[in-house]
Amino acid sequence: MRTCCERREASLSTGTNVIGAGTPLKISYGRELREKDGTFVTILEIKNLDFAYNGETVLEDVNLTVRQKDFMAIIGPNGGGKTTLLKLMLGLLTPLKGTVHVDGKPPQEASHCIGYVPQNVHVNHSFPITAMDVVLMGKLEPQKRMSQRSAAIRRDALAALERMEMEAYAEKKIGMLSGGQRQRVFIARALVAQPKLLLLDEPTASIDTKGQADFYRFLEELNQDITVLVVSHDLLVVSRYIKSVACVNKKLHYHDQAEITGDMLETMYACTVEEVCPVELVAHGLPHRVLANHEKKIP
Amino acid sequence: MIEALTFEFMRNALVAGLLASVICGIMGTLVVVNRIVFLSGGIAHAAYGGIGLAFFFNWPYLPVTIGFSLFAAMVMAAISHAVKHRADTIIGVIWALGMAFGIILLDLTPGYNVDLMSYLFGSILTVPRSDLLTMAVVGVSMTILLAWYYQDLLAMSYDEEFARIRGVPVKKLYFGLIGMLAVTIVMVIQVVGLIMVIALLTIPPFIVEKYAKSLVQMMVASSVLGAVFTVTGLWISYQYNLTSGASIIMVSGIVFLVSLLVDKMRVAVRK
Repeated sequence: MRTCCERREASLSTGTNVIGAGTPLKISYGRELREKDGTFVTILEIKNLDFAYNGETVLEDVNLTVRQKDFMAIIGPNGGGKTTLLKLMLGLLTPLKGTVHVDGKPPQEASHCIGYVPQNVHVNHSFPITAMDVVLMGKLEPQKRMSQRSAAIRRDALAALERMEMEAYAEKKIGMLSGGQRQRVFIARALVAQPKLLLLDEPTASIDTKGQADFYRFLEELNQDITVLVVSHDLLVVSRYIKSVACVNKKLHYHDQAEITGDMLETMYACTVEEVCPVELVAHGLPHRVLANHEKKIP
Repeated sequence: MIEALTFEFMRNALVAGLLASVICGIMGTLVVVNRIVFLSGGIAHAAYGGIGLAFFFNWPYLPVTIGFSLFAAMVMAAISHAVKHRADTIIGVIWALGMAFGIILLDLTPGYNVDLMSYLFGSILTVPRSDLLTMAVVGVSMTILLAWYYQDLLAMSYDEEFARIRGVPVKKLYFGLIGMLAVTIVMVIQVVGLIMVIALLTIPPFIVEKYAKSLVQMMVASSVLGAVFTVTGLWISYQYNLTSGASIIMVSGIVFLVSLLVDKMRVAVRK
């Protein structure tokens, strides 16, 4: 089986979605996003995208380019179109206008390069399924029906659970686990297919503040070789591990800033042309900067 | 019970009950985890329209009833897929319409009239051998289909969105499931009646769901539990000369209530 990593090398060598060092870039990136030869690899590209639900415009003229190994936060008010954008990236929705490409392919064809961690899965906690079976779902390939349950696949699934420190719960029923444990299982499910791009929808909604800090440290670790994209309505999410921010409120505004600056807050306002960004969003953001500075003083 | 088995009709009733338990245990598991109990009820009732149609035009019973039920089921599935928040209302309408359509057609049929009671509670004591064979064939084909699509069905039932991302043809699978449900419901209704189909589809899977760790476990355990209910119910109906279908359902219902009580107590003990 070809893994996504092999495919990444293939696309590098063919040079189809590699922007050469000589190409002028509007966005300046940190050194960590560059490949050794100083090039960028595009993992996700959205061009001139429009989307509407029942004639009501949800997203308008969205352009976004995510480079390999980026750690991006997609923020914006509730109802601003974040989840819709996510579903378009996953190929669950089809754009009204414009294109979405993941790893140079339409999302449906790139499904095995995308790891997706949804916000809420199945409220029925009695559903008869173990943590192991949930992770195995990440390996599901309807085209290869006969080879579904091989020992190698089970080993991969167990390895993914181990990575999330959940191997002891492999045979536990998913409904018996706590909210945080369940989320780890869903991340394991996303990681088991060795994705290039990890999409997380409101991942910190069910985690306390201490847990959130640990969680982002973990994501930073994953970010060593996977592109991570976090969707949140909470500005707290903009931790220092994040390399860029996109603000979605019908239109998308992109910031290559790792921190929240006054400049960025201004842009946040600017991005809500018709609606005003909720005050809560700003209030959440500012204390975080204080928190980040404060942490540095502790030895 | 042993002496009762010397009668052929009792043996047939027992086999019919066991086959119905297995079929309903397997389909019921999918019905319960996908929360389409109401849709199943709609299919089962609308099937009566097919029965009316068959008698009015003097067409062969089984193909017409299955055809009509499939049609009604697909309409309900399509509407409930497109407008999820209105699904229950639409199913309710088709449920009632199908039933009324069947009754009016039977009214208009000259001479012979089918007994509504036998449709509701079945006639497990008069099941002919040929029906047993049909049920067995349906059961086996259903199991093969299910084994083939098991992983896809599991993914769809647990997390439809994720299944779609992974390339599972969710829409086709959903309609396939509803279609299979319509066929099995009609087959089983003929033998044990509409009320018992709904009871066997829902009660054993619901009791078992909390303890099962996989869909397969839930299907097997539901089938076994359904079989226990059927045998116990039949024995009670033989001993006390009661209606067999109703006895089976009463046994299921009592165990259902006991299981709810046990759950409440387990939660209380844990606290």
